[in-house]
Amino acid sequence: MKRFLYELSESWKIAAAQMRSNLTRSTLTALGVIIGIIAVTLMGTAVNGISIGFDKSMAVLGDDVLYVTQWPWKPVDDWWNYRDRKKIKTEYAETLNRMIAATPNSKLVIAVPTSSFMRSIKYSGNQVDNVFVLGTTSDFIVTSTIDCTSGRFFNELESRGGANVVMIGYDVADALFPSQSPIDKSVLINGQLFKVVGVNTRQGTFLGLFSWDSMVAIPLAAFNKYFSAKSDSDVRVKIKDKTKLADAKDELTGLMRRVRGLPPEKKDDFSINEQQAFKSTLDPVKNSIAIAGLFITGLSLFVGAIGIMNITFVSVKERTKEIGTRKALGARRRTILLQFLIESTALCLLGGFIGLVFAYLMCFGIGKAFPSFPIHFSLGLVFLSMIVSIMTGLFSGFAPAWTASRLDPVAALRYE
Amino acid sequence: MIDIENITKDYVMGEEVVHALRGVTLKIHRNEYIAIMGPSGSGKSTLMNMLGCLDTPTSGRYEFNGKSVAEMDDDELAAVRNREIGFVFQTFNLLPRSTSLRNVELPLIYAGIEPERRMERATQVLTDVGLGDRIHHKPNELSGGQRQRVAIARALVNGPSIILADEPTGNLDSKTGEEIMDLLERLYERGNTIILVTHERDIAAHARRTVHLRDGLIELDHAGFIPELDLPIAEMTST
Ligand SMILES: Nc1ncnc2c1ncn2[C@@H]1O[C@H](COP(=O)(O)OP(=O)(O)OP(=O)(O)O)[C@@H](O)[C@H]1O
Ligand SMILES: [Mg+2]
Repeated sequence: MKRFLYELSESWKIAAAQMRSNLTRSTLTALGVIIGIIAVTLMGTAVNGISIGFDKSMAVLGDDVLYVTQWPWKPVDDWWNYRDRKKIKTEYAETLNRMIAATPNSKLVIAVPTSSFMRSIKYSGNQVDNVFVLGTTSDFIVTSTIDCTSGRFFNELESRGGANVVMIGYDVADALFPSQSPIDKSVLINGQLFKVVGVNTRQGTFLGLFSWDSMVAIPLAAFNKYFSAKSDSDVRVKIKDKTKLADAKDELTGLMRRVRGLPPEKKDDFSINEQQAFKSTLDPVKNSIAIAGLFITGLSLFVGAIGIMNITFVSVKERTKEIGTRKALGARRRTILLQFLIESTALCLLGGFIGLVFAYLMCFGIGKAFPSFPIHFSLGLVFLSMIVSIMTGLFSGFAPAWTASRLDPVAALRYE
Repeated sequence: MIDIENITKDYVMGEEVVHALRGVTLKIHRNEYIAIMGPSGSGKSTLMNMLGCLDTPTSGRYEFNGKSVAEMDDDELAAVRNREIGFVFQTFNLLPRSTSLRNVELPLIYAGIEPERRMERATQVLTDVGLGDRIHHKPNELSGGQRQRVAIARALVNGPSIILADEPTGNLDSKTGEEIMDLLERLYERGNTIILVTHERDIAAHARRTVHLRDGLIELDHAGFIPELDLPIAEMTST
């Protein structure tokens, strides 16, 4: 064991000396690994960023909220079975709330109706298209991550009375009111004037996924008054304890069957969804992006590894006589193996370190240039790329090191 | 301590088989000083490699300190070379980018000696061979004779029972060669076993026993150096 440590430290010294004396050659060879590590770490940060972006978008849905909808949140093969289902009505929310109140130890907290459609919004010459207009009640804040930077969400009074008030998302506010406060200004939605009472805090959009930033919320009563015609309605239900999601789901299913008046032999004619279901349909997409990206960038690392392998073979050839001498002095096979493995690993580590520095600078630059792109340079990534470098070194050094360790000492000593 | 019996070594080169050794039998005891002589291609180096456990015989028996070399695996052979045998080469074979000290430390590293002891021991041996003031020099900063003394220090550092020197003076002028021979003489007087390959009669004259090889066979094996006996072969070598 002690001997192994001495041999290890000796090998590091040899590797360092070797790199110093062949500086140009080492640098050129390490270049392949440098580029490889840059590619892999940048792709790693991008994948990481994408993943964080997805999760952030998911968080908008809330992990303690169940969604009662006509269609399930997952791809279905038998869509015709769902097409003819009755629509979800906003009135169900009230019925559900009464039932929840009447149930002792209910796992559910509150049901909130939502209706929505896409419209454009105007304010004195400025216009934003395709805004997600949501009609709901003041209870909505309980089920969502609303957090007004300025102003507030509409209150219960405005909610019941169907007042023409609106809370707007960050991007909408930014586009309509580039240089003034939106609060108490009146915006035009589908020909109706609504007074802005609040602006939601910025959430950041990513890959066009759903975000509160491009959305506005108005009282459901007002929504129904002006635009009930062709809207989609859902009911979202907040649950008490997100660790008992399945129980809550069962309870809600029971309540909804009563609302719909379904006899026991009939199947559910509604769907109950949660964030998780949505996630599980998106995860494969996310994963295949990650795998494809890492595979492509991994190729450049592989090319770098071949370069290291090549130069290690050259190094073994050049130093055949030295290997013979070392064997004559008592170096065992594994000593020689270790020596060349460490040489290639040291080269890769050096390349990996330089690559990492470049990748860090690039991340920094990208982050500055495109603030919305969720690029994340983490400590984990540093460790990962160092481990990848070491693995690359071991991979690329193995064949040459093995050849060196198997050299016949007499033949190696005779080598000129 | 060395006991070889009827050793042969064949090199197969395509169709042709070179019989480098054709049946050599030799006994070497502790604290002998042997010169191996013979014409070029007679198998001297092959025999030395065999004695030094660098190579294994095609057939025959080799016992080193009572242990059969044929039965040792690669790591055991490496251990024997590390502890029991000190090689001195004609071309010195020092690591070019390492100092004298690091060159001499090498066998100690392979023996698993801790750094302080290594340093101490290597410095000691280098001082013994007269290079106490050259320990931080690299080979290209040393003369040929000094390089060979570093190599001898390296061969000695692990306290081996045999020094094997294959034409140790072959690359040196006669004066420096004599210095090296004086050093080997001192080692012999201190109790080391020395086996030395040489072409030169002057060099062989230092040994206490002379073995003549010809075409892979021992032609003569006698005590001391007898000019009348050893002359003809030496002359044949030079023609
Ligand atoms: N690796 C090898 N492959 C083929 N033949 C070899 C090999 N090594 C040695 N030989 C042959 O074996 C014979 C003995 O070689 P060896 O090196 O032992 O001679 P030597 O006595 O040391 O000669 P010199 O005095 O020139 O060093 C020679 O004929 C040589 O060609
Ligand atoms: Mg020879």
